[in-house]
Amino acid sequence: MEEVDVEPTTTPIPGFDSNQKHLGFVWGPGDILVYETIYKASGGSAGGCPFVHEVRKDEDIYSPILRKLFNESHHIFVGLQRIREDLPSKNKKPQFVSISKNYRSVIRACMEELQQVAVSTQDAAMATQYGNQVSILLAVELIWNLCEVLFIDAAPAGSLVLHLLDWVRLHKADVDEKAREVLASESPAEHQAYWDVVISYVLQGRMDEARQVLVKQAALQPAARVMFKLLDNLLMKMPIFNPGETQTLTEFDVKWRHWREEVDHCLQDQSFASNRHLEDICKILVGDEDVLLEYKELLSTWYHFLVTRLLFSHPTVKPTELHYYAQSSMHMFLDTRSVPEPLDSILLAAFEFDIHQVIKDCSIALNNWWFVGHLTDLLDHCKLLQSHNLHFGSNLREFLLLEYASGLFTHHSLWQLAVDYFDHCPEFGRVYLELQIERVPLDTERKALKVIRICEQRQMTEQVRSICKIMAKKALRNNRLGSALSWSIRAKDAAFATLISERFLQDYCAKGTFSDLDLIDNLGPAMLLSDRLTFLGKYREFHRLYGEKRFSDAAKLLLSLMTAKIAPHSFWMTLLTDALPLLEQKEVIFSADQTHELMFCLEELTSGKSVPTPDKPMQVLATVHTALRASLARVKQLFTLH
Amino acid sequence: CANGINAKYVSKKISKTRWRPVSSSSLQQPDIFATGSWDNEDNSISIWSIGENGVSSMDDEFEGDPQLLCEYKHNGDVLDLQFLDQDRIVTASSTGAVTIFRHHHNSQTLSVSKLWERAHHYPCNNAPCTGVVCNSPEIVTVGEDGRIMLFRADQEGVLRTIEKADSSAIHAVTFLRTTEILTVNSIGQLKLWDFRQPGNEPSQILSLTGDRVPLHCVDRHPNQQHIVATGGQDGMLCIWDVRQGNMPISLMEAHTSEMWEVHFHPSNPGHLFSCSEDGSLLHWETSSNTDTPSFLQGGRNTSIISRSAIAPAGGNQSLINAWLTGDSSKGHLETTHMLPSQMLSVNSLDVLGQCLVCGTDGEAIYVNRHVPI
Repeated sequence: MEEVDVEPTTTPIPGFDSNQKHLGFVWGPGDILVYETIYKASGGSAGGCPFVHEVRKDEDIYSPILRKLFNESHHIFVGLQRIREDLPSKNKKPQFVSISKNYRSVIRACMEELQQVAVSTQDAAMATQYGNQVSILLAVELIWNLCEVLFIDAAPAGSLVLHLLDWVRLHKADVDEKAREVLASESPAEHQAYWDVVISYVLQGRMDEARQVLVKQAALQPAARVMFKLLDNLLMKMPIFNPGETQTLTEFDVKWRHWREEVDHCLQDQSFASNRHLEDICKILVGDEDVLLEYKELLSTWYHFLVTRLLFSHPTVKPTELHYYAQSSMHMFLDTRSVPEPLDSILLAAFEFDIHQVIKDCSIALNNWWFVGHLTDLLDHCKLLQSHNLHFGSNLREFLLLEYASGLFTHHSLWQLAVDYFDHCPEFGRVYLELQIERVPLDTERKALKVIRICEQRQMTEQVRSICKIMAKKALRNNRLGSALSWSIRAKDAAFATLISERFLQDYCAKGTFSDLDLIDNLGPAMLLSDRLTFLGKYREFHRLYGEKRFSDAAKLLLSLMTAKIAPHSFWMTLLTDALPLLEQKEVIFSADQTHELMFCLEELTSGKSVPTPDKPMQVLATVHTALRASLARVKQLFTLH
Repeated sequence: CANGINAKYVSKKISKTRWRPVSSSSLQQPDIFATGSWDNEDNSISIWSIGENGVSSMDDEFEGDPQLLCEYKHNGDVLDLQFLDQDRIVTASSTGAVTIFRHHHNSQTLSVSKLWERAHHYPCNNAPCTGVVCNSPEIVTVGEDGRIMLFRADQEGVLRTIEKADSSAIHAVTFLRTTEILTVNSIGQLKLWDFRQPGNEPSQILSLTGDRVPLHCVDRHPNQQHIVATGGQDGMLCIWDVRQGNMPISLMEAHTSEMWEVHFHPSNPGHLFSCSEDGSLLHWETSSNTDTPSFLQGGRNTSIISRSAIAPAGGNQSLINAWLTGDSSKGHLETTHMLPSQMLSVNSLDVLGQCLVCGTDGEAIYVNRHVPI
């Protein structure tokens, strides 16, 4: 068991005094339920807090602006999973870089919106909260960007420094703001921030901009024109590695050293001695670390210092050499007394190419699995993670995604996103989904339909059945027989369809008429779902035929209901009673064979194979028997006549 | 962003989107739409603006995000939403309530103008109100309780109730004529109701002879009052002629799961739009001439094979024929996907003029201002 690296935070529970009673708790999927037990701490008194508290770790999923992050990144995630496996990795790299940039732009968009709200809100507490969220997102994007440069784009020596420069420039945007302010002023060269701007540009390797601003100063000091021209020249000639050109790294290195020597010459020659600022710039150009450290405030972070150092001292640095410079830069830049912040350790781990350490540190520092989950997934797609099997069977990527998705599932609305994440966790995703999906509350039919659709698409037949059963039962309780039947059909639940049919038949026996004729008359092929349902449909059809005076068809149907064993025995009495009016018609409806069959059914009924229902006394049976005999006689009469 | 459509993420799942009507005389494109949310702890209805048309921008396609004008809390999911007129919106709630909201243009606020709280209910519980349709000042609502309710916007009470109209849940309703409505239910039936008749019986019932698939949406052809389109659980698009017996005129495979909404274009009825749980929004186009197919404009295309083609009696306009024959092999029917792939369910769409708006379970709204019609 590893040691905890940071102090855990304490959350006080309102109304609870830890001196008086012991606290009990139980874990939920994303939160803890906390309650006061009856166990007194020593010397405590009786009487306590009747409440159960829910303690949530992750507030972020309830923030409306951060929610957009979850939705947008879900879209990107799903797109990433569908990239075909069989393409060679070389072709996929630009795609992965582009996906990484997509994720980052989503983070930035969210950050900007949060920033706007933080500024405009009246509530001080909310402003602080938003401000915190903005800083976290800033840090997250910074780390992601670095990971993209080092791991995904995996720039080789030469391009590496250029990419790192871009990285630093992106996260130090205040230079442009300051520059705009200076250049907009009446006399830019005399603005107090003027030299800050120039030096900041140089530190960021933006020589063209630096030169443009320097020109303003040069204009003010015509006497020193030569000096300014010299520096301008040096700045212009600084070699920048161009990966597109045919120039090799070695050739570039030679060129660069040559240039550096030239700059050094100028220093030795005291060419800039009369202007401290210009001399500082020159010293920066040769990578003088002491001078760089003098401008700590402009650099503001050790990683800016690192990149500037690399630019001017080791522009051909190899990725494997980075960590050495990173460590030394951090030591040089930071106060020896100050403790490195979590962000610093994470960045350092990235420079050391220790991906696992980066992920681990980020998991601890952030309260939400969003960042580590998505980043790890992307790195896994780039085949950068060793298959590092964890103790409980799944790998790191899957573990993080499962954690993230489980957290989403607790949200009343974002649970739908979680489904796709579970889909792409091959080991345990399905099990997690099966367990969670049944707990989604089903307030409306529409929501139930969506949940069922999700289950059907993944062949989770058990879950489909159970959800349909819940909805059917609800419908039945509200006497919505049509809805209940509709749900049974969806679930192909013959048992429930039988139950519903029984209800209908009971209603009929009680009232003498059918309810919900619009349903029974239009069952269609759904009739075949259960025998009882088929019987119901056919029985209704019999009534219809009788109503339309199509007596021979009605008779045939009635008979088939009994002989084909579709009718339940309990209903035979009713059917035979229904046969009476047909038997008593003036014309002969039943043929001899049919009458015999009816008699056979009657005998079966009375012989004790099935008990006659108590509400249909023996007298009725006798009447039927008589009517059958009479009918038979009439048929025979017909035959003899002919 | 494919096809010139931008996503606007709104932090709530959108169940309904509707354009505010523009007067038929003006040639203006619509600029205001309303949305309703669902499945949130706090649901709301919101009014959005897509700004003035004709404002030049760098890229004609991405003319700026929809801007939220105002929002109002809504009890329960918004299961249906219609504009009663320029200022008032009626909503159907999962709590069974029917609400009229008033949009105050000057202050850009919403307020509740009228509330019928238990318009739909079971004996002991609430029943969701699933559909609402207006013909100002009359409002017709339907619900899972199988009732049809008739209200007037300016009267407190209920004008008429058709009890036990249906033994299953009624999912949608549309006007056929001013006194006739058509409902669809969860056992796959279309029922015509004539308000001039007393009593609780429909004047006609239509359904497919095959599987009784639950129907979720219905829309009437803008010019031909007897032609309706329906969509249901199996994602098939059916076109019916209600005068003609018991069979749909054509059946077309459209989506791979539930079709939630279907709309004829109000002024170009040769175009039809449908959206589905499978995350797609289809644009169906009929054309009488086959020489210049419009599918070359872009977007993904699927030729849809129709399942049956029965020529209607009468009706010789080629556009009507095209819908009713639904035969794409003659080049009469083209479909285009209007949204990027891999989306969550598209719950609702509305189309007016050249503008289309839709809302998804991915908590996003999509607006397209240049629908090719």
